[in-house]
Amino acid sequence: MAMTMHVDIVSAEAEIFSGPAHMVFAPGVMGELGIMPRHAPLLTRLKPGEVRVRTPEGEEEFFYVSGGVLEIQPHSITILSDTAQRAKDLDEAAALEAKHHAEQKLQDQVSEFDYAQAQTELAEAMAQLQAIQKLRKKLGR
Amino acid sequence: MAVGKEIRTKIKSVKNTQKITRAMEMVAASKMRKAQDRMDAARPYAEKIRNVIGHLAHAHPEYKHPYLQEREVKKSVGFIIISSDRGLCGGLNANMFKATVRAMREWNDKGVRIDLCTIGTKSNAFFKRLGGNVIAQASHLGDTPQVADLIGVVKVMLDAYDAGQIDRLFLVYNEFVNTMTQRPHVEQLLPIHGVEDPQLKHHWDYLYEPDAKDVLDGLLMRYIESLVYQGVVENLSCEQAARMVAMKSASDNAGDLIGDLQLAYNKARQAAITQELSEIVAGAAAV
Repeated sequence: MAMTMHVDIVSAEAEIFSGPAHMVFAPGVMGELGIMPRHAPLLTRLKPGEVRVRTPEGEEEFFYVSGGVLEIQPHSITILSDTAQRAKDLDEAAALEAKHHAEQKLQDQVSEFDYAQAQTELAEAMAQLQAIQKLRKKLGR
Repeated sequence: MAVGKEIRTKIKSVKNTQKITRAMEMVAASKMRKAQDRMDAARPYAEKIRNVIGHLAHAHPEYKHPYLQEREVKKSVGFIIISSDRGLCGGLNANMFKATVRAMREWNDKGVRIDLCTIGTKSNAFFKRLGGNVIAQASHLGDTPQVADLIGVVKVMLDAYDAGQIDRLFLVYNEFVNTMTQRPHVEQLLPIHGVEDPQLKHHWDYLYEPDAKDVLDGLLMRYIESLVYQGVVENLSCEQAARMVAMKSASDNAGDLIGDLQLAYNKARQAAITQELSEIVAGAAAV
């Protein structure tokens, strides 16, 4: 029987593939990689592209990855796939947006409807109204 | 009959409230199941990436990444605080804030400044009132949070760490123990420690493509992101579980209240009937 290695393809939100394979093809940033069992340990980033897994039954399975990290150990391969499109400037934009959110929330306290505060104010107002009504009743009679 | 009109309306209103709380309980129960599935689905990635980093810690690369090196806390630390977006989930958020404030006070006593990153509207509102220094914020992640929503906030904190503005990074979220129990959990994200894998003893190193720095940067960033994502998903399960329990007890309390009111109403009605009867009898006797 030919040698196999264990392949795991996972993304942060789900497990995509787990099982034995004869050979795996993956799009590394330096070029396409074809990996067979007993490969030297290797760690590389992946480009968006197709991962092909040749199973012991001789079938080929295809997966699309939008980037990620590939780890090779002699008898196992782990592909940590990204779920989102990643690029330096995209990440930068997301970070800026998060910062912007925080600043905005701090600044315009008026437009941001703060439920907790509104609730306490409402409760206070209601208590005052009740007190006034009670007073009125007392005075009225 | 005009007897006990106030009580009757009160009973009706409590019944309506009970209907709502019961519906919310059932919605939370089904959402909790889904959130738990999502939590399980996220686990393999976290495990695998932890393994890879465990290998890395033993691989002795020529390049030591700053995330893996302990460093002195000089002036400030960072906290990422994950809360729910909505209330009506018992003491879930309040307990977590208490734990966070306790952890923060320890640093404050040492004269260390604290930078905050809040995920979820509740934590944002709370720490804004408290006067914390919130430098990044994300909210409205919904029932299906995605890693893409978290990249930005995590990057703000990682950049601050890279720039030396913060020397430690902590993550606070609710840990899902079971449906009845959720525990606030403060975890150190950076520097990374405790991922040693004792099985591999001999010294070796990976081949890196294109180079060690590039690969490690990407990998460690994803690791932190996956931990934060895990926290968000776990917190979501906690939120639904806590809401389910809170709504169940609210429905039960409403039931008790209705029982008491019903009793009071029946007594009042009986008293009214008795009174009317005695009036009629008295009237008949007088004739």
